Amino acid sequence: MSTSSNEWPLWEVFVRPKAGLDHKHCGSLHAPDAKMAVQLAREVYTRRQEGTSVWVVKSSDITASDPGDKGMLFDPMEDKVYRHPTFYELPESVNHM
Amino acid sequence: MNAVAGSIRLNLTPPVRYVLRIADTCLIHAQRLAEWCGHGPVLEEDIALTNMALDLVGQARALLAHAGRLEGQGFDEDQLAFLRDERQFFNLTLVEQPMRRSSAHAPGGDFADTVLRNFLLATWLKALWTRLAASSDSDLAAIAGKAVKEARYHQQHVGDWVVRLGDGTDESAARLRAALERAWPYTHEMFKRDAVDVAAEAAGLGPARDALNDAWQTEVAAVLAEAQLAVPADTPFTSTGTLGRHSEHMGFILAEMQSLQRQYPGGRW
Repeated sequence: MSTSSNEWPLWEVFVRPKAGLDHKHCGSLHAPDAKMAVQLAREVYTRRQEGTSVWVVKSSDITASDPGDKGMLFDPMEDKVYRHPTFYELPESVNHM
Repeated sequence: MNAVAGSIRLNLTPPVRYVLRIADTCLIHAQRLAEWCGHGPVLEEDIALTNMALDLVGQARALLAHAGRLEGQGFDEDQLAFLRDERQFFNLTLVEQPMRRSSAHAPGGDFADTVLRNFLLATWLKALWTRLAASSDSDLAAIAGKAVKEARYHQQHVGDWVVRLGDGTDESAARLRAALERAWPYTHEMFKRDAVDVAAEAAGLGPARDALNDAWQTEVAAVLAEAQLAVPADTPFTSTGTLGRHSEHMGFILAEMQSLQRQYPGGRW
């Protein structure tokens, strides 16, 4: 069995489906280094024409919010409906904003 | 060797042989790579090897269909893949050698053998497709134009593996060095010029094999240098798969590959 010391690092994979759209997080994989991570991301996540560009980021380089702080961080937004721009009458010409 | 019942026999003109050599090299290499499916050292590379095998099957299909048109009896790519006897296959001997060792007593090698063979072949195929894209045969040129993109990626991916293993740990370097020694004698055949090559060259169908030698040597030497590996010394041995004379492993791989169509002729699913 491999131990954590000889296991490849974990990478998060972001794929851009087509030009003009954003890179979206689509999963993770193990790879020995950044260059190989890009190649393996291509193999694992773009086999069915899902992508035109790939980013990889070492998972350990991502700083995430603490799930335990979810209530404190995000619940206060529940009753702030006035932050949604839904109280304006939009002119006909920009109806699909 | 006696023909197996139900086998087809081809009218082997030089252009048919020329196309079959490439088609069969892709097909048998794909069959060996497919043996890794579900057994890769890590999930990511398992998928990479299988993707590569599927690219090669696609190339083989296109070439076999084209060989069938050139041959003239109306055989399709399935008949050519599954109903030919061993002596009518013309792949490089290297690709039929056992690749993944399935158990301690089975023939074959380790992941380093796979990486190394993949690298030697991908470099060769890349050089070949690049030149075939200028073929006087427009079908062949179109197949090559598509395949060269796949081959360029294969060559980069497996070349990166060669560098990682060769310039990795003592263990990985020793395994890669051993794999190189095992595979190298079979590379002679990749550049052996014969009458089929001469005819293809004269007709503008494609390059003679010896014309690939310089580009291949240069590219292989550069990657091996980066991997801290010496290019092995030449040996006098030249394998003969491209003449239809195969090693003892070919019969086994064909038996496995063809058994379904042989037992259920024309079977589809």
